[in-house]
Amino acid sequence: MSNNRVSRRQFLGYTLTGVGGFMAAGMLMPMVRFAVDPVLQQKDGGDFVLTDQRAEDITEEPVRVDFSFEQTDAWYVSEVTNSAWVYKEGDKLIALSPVCKHLGCTVNWAGDPEQPTQFFCPCHAGRYEKNGQNIAGTPPLGPLDEYEVQEQDGYVAIGAVRLNTLV
Amino acid sequence: MLNKLYDWVDERLDITPIWRDIADHEVPEHVNPAHHFSAFVYCFGGLTFFITVIQILSGMFLTMYYVPDIENAWQSVYYLQNEVAFGEIVRGMHHWGASLVVVMIFLHTLRVFFTGSYKKPRELNWVVGVLLFGVILGLSFTGYLLPWDMKALFATKVGIEIAASVPLVGGMIKTLLAGDATILGAQTLTRFFAIHVFFLPAALLGLLAAHFIMIRRQGISGPL
Repeated sequence: MSNNRVSRRQFLGYTLTGVGGFMAAGMLMPMVRFAVDPVLQQKDGGDFVLTDQRAEDITEEPVRVDFSFEQTDAWYVSEVTNSAWVYKEGDKLIALSPVCKHLGCTVNWAGDPEQPTQFFCPCHAGRYEKNGQNIAGTPPLGPLDEYEVQEQDGYVAIGAVRLNTLV
Repeated sequence: MLNKLYDWVDERLDITPIWRDIADHEVPEHVNPAHHFSAFVYCFGGLTFFITVIQILSGMFLTMYYVPDIENAWQSVYYLQNEVAFGEIVRGMHHWGASLVVVMIFLHTLRVFFTGSYKKPRELNWVVGVLLFGVILGLSFTGYLLPWDMKALFATKVGIEIAASVPLVGGMIKTLLAGDATILGAQTLTRFFAIHVFFLPAALLGLLAAHFIMIRRQGISGPL
């Protein structure tokens, strides 16, 4: 026995707290894990989606290319259409995400008549260079995301989205 | 650390009398299973409450995934049970707890009946207890429909037909419950969902508060 004698009251307090805590944890642990599941779920990477845009028609001027794929949203499966801004730099295809890095609106190439060589977001007048670089002094804090892109049988195919590698 | 935090709050808000009022109460020897093991029958009320708390908690978490819509209800239940981590456990708690709470409330009622605890001055608490029993049965009935599978559908059809057999107003009760005179469908599901997660739990909490305030006021009934 140590010198610190544990009184009956303390012992009962510790025991009840311990057992009660164990029971509460046993009850709450499954529920909390259940609730945070979306954060921990693994999502497999997207495959390339074939578009109906011919690769040889792509110029140095960005064009909007729509692509549709089957999206599984928990129990809801639906056909979703997203778009990308695609252009050529030399022979290399480049596809940029149209999602503004400020608050997620959709940007347009030359959307602002005064800036015909920039992407423009109509929500808060965010602007980007052709390579996706955000223009200082406008709301966005980072460059537009980039899609993996390749040519398949002469058509543009769009893959997973990743951070911009051009700037 | 915790003691200091407690003292800091207590010094300012004097919270000790509040929880003393709640926690300190007499537990007579005849209801303490440590003295007479047969006194465990006095635990059924507390166990009913304990399971009710589990039902409320697990139900709150289930609504994170569940949708009360005829197209998606079953799909969302299937998803939360099979695709979400611990979904089987959390739904299992709600599913089995639902039956257990009815068993416990029934045993509690039997105990109160056979110990004569409903007699003067506790008649009002008996009345509130019977209302609570009704609310729990209502929760069971409305909750049964929500998974929107065949068993849920036909059990509710039968339940609504029973309600419809009431003389004179039966047809109106049926329409009121189902949301439609003939169809048991979209409106029935949303209605039952609203009743299950908002209306009846509100009634349940109010009645439980009354139940507990009365038992604390009147104390535990004497030995046989």
